[in-house]
Amino acid sequence: MPFVPHTEDDIREMLATLGAASIEALFDEIPAELRCGALDLPPALKEMEVARLMHARAGQNRPLLCFAGAGAYEHHIPAAVWAVVSRGEFYSAYTPYQAEASQGTLQVLYEYQSMMASLTAMDVSNASLYDGATSLAEAVLMAVRTNRKSHSRRILMPKTVHPFYRRVVETIVGSQALELIELPYDAKIGRIDPGSLELHSGTDIAALVIPQVNFFGILEAVDELTDWASANGAVAIALVNPIALALLKPPGEWGKSGADIACGEGQPLGIPLSGGGPYFGFLCCRKAHLHQLPGRLVGRTVDVDGKPGFTLTLQAREQHIRRGRATSNICTNQGLMVTAATIYMALLGPEGLRRVALQSHQNTLGLMSGLAAIDGVERVFSGPFFHEAVFRTRRPTQKVMDGLAERGILGGYELTREYPELGEAILVCVTETRTQEDIEAYVREVKSLVSHG
Amino acid sequence: MSRLPDDLKYAKTHEWAKPEEDGNVRVGISDYAQEQLGDVVYVELPDVGRRVKAGEACAVVESVKAASDIYSPVSGEIVEVNGALSDAPEAINQNAYAAWLFCVKADDLSELNTLLDAEAYKAGAETD
Repeated sequence: MPFVPHTEDDIREMLATLGAASIEALFDEIPAELRCGALDLPPALKEMEVARLMHARAGQNRPLLCFAGAGAYEHHIPAAVWAVVSRGEFYSAYTPYQAEASQGTLQVLYEYQSMMASLTAMDVSNASLYDGATSLAEAVLMAVRTNRKSHSRRILMPKTVHPFYRRVVETIVGSQALELIELPYDAKIGRIDPGSLELHSGTDIAALVIPQVNFFGILEAVDELTDWASANGAVAIALVNPIALALLKPPGEWGKSGADIACGEGQPLGIPLSGGGPYFGFLCCRKAHLHQLPGRLVGRTVDVDGKPGFTLTLQAREQHIRRGRATSNICTNQGLMVTAATIYMALLGPEGLRRVALQSHQNTLGLMSGLAAIDGVERVFSGPFFHEAVFRTRRPTQKVMDGLAERGILGGYELTREYPELGEAILVCVTETRTQEDIEAYVREVKSLVSHG
Repeated sequence: MSRLPDDLKYAKTHEWAKPEEDGNVRVGISDYAQEQLGDVVYVELPDVGRRVKAGEACAVVESVKAASDIYSPVSGEIVEVNGALSDAPEAINQNAYAAWLFCVKADDLSELNTLLDAEAYKAGAETD
């Protein structure tokens, strides 16, 4: 439906039909004391002035060569993705979820759901959530609802899960009487210490969160962890990187019976970094948990004439029907983002995704071996990594990062604030977008920064 | 016309209750209720062993367009639930009086006297 503005004549006619004197008069139910008075705003700028102001502001951006990951990853996005997504039918359609009007949109969402279910080896996927962090919070709440045998509302949350995600989960579940129990990590390997699980064996645990790949870039022992969860009556929640799944075993195949729920950040699938958003969260699960899955679900069915079509389904889970007893307060999805992700996945296919993952991994291996050869730099963890790894230098991380920035490089993510026990450590990421020259430049600059002072 | 067996007791909230020999009370929803709900797609049943009070919501019947709380008509302990409903929730639409939801070991069978008989329930439902 296109935007239809009102002319002054249209407005006069409508008011006359309503019998209202003015638009203001339509708000006369709002008490005077609740009305907003004059807003102390500066005078309005003209379009030309605004454009100049924005250009000046944008000019302050300094594009840096990106070696940072930590939850958002720079991958190459084929031009076709956003060329298609920018079409008005996708880009500016307003709430296009009515089966009678939006079969195209619903079909894209169904394809998206099918791809995510396939990628994670799960039975069902929803039509997406806000972002990776909130998808983890929803997964945790879902696990508590679906785990009928557990009454403790205790969740095992490893310290190797992204610190921002842990804070978001705390914020969201904190007021619902859930207890998040931190699981420590093995300082040598850089992954969850299996011994720390023994402490909780035989106790009532509602769910275990298993990141793959973890925040340090290290691979977790997912089979062991999933089997422990299963043996202990806990729901296994897989928090996964979708690109990594092109190379690693998907959550549905972890351990003896697979994880129960899979969630994570979908940004790597064709979404630009964009200063932190919009991104999208994905949430997939086994059929047994379907009725506790939050978010929109598109289903495939037949119409009254027996012709195939798509529609939103199982809506009795959602708040417009279930209100306070709904699976979540969410009543939306990231439609535009998942359209882009679906096109990205369709263009690359499993083989393309695999190449992206492999190239990223190989680049990171190359960078880390170059760094480890520098005197004063060491690799922190011995565990195998995907496309991120942690290194430590004898100079303060601030100095290294500032020095790299001066040389046009975003050096990574400093771990000193959230993991002070690791010392002067930086989390660095190399994707397929970095060339050999880029990697050599990084190593060269770090070497120069570390040997001076 | 909805079916309304004479030998059952009914709650205003559309549950039927059937006292059994062993002091247990079997509970389901009326034919009128399943008609109003439409195609049932999912039933959430209470855990066996759970204690319930008369009037307490302890189950949910979900259809394509609504999710309805089901209230136990009597106080007591849930001793049995109808597991067959997880694979075939549509049984409730097919025969609401055969597709029972749960069975309560009643603390006090006299609570059944506060329930409605078929006539009274029918009168109430028609004014709904």
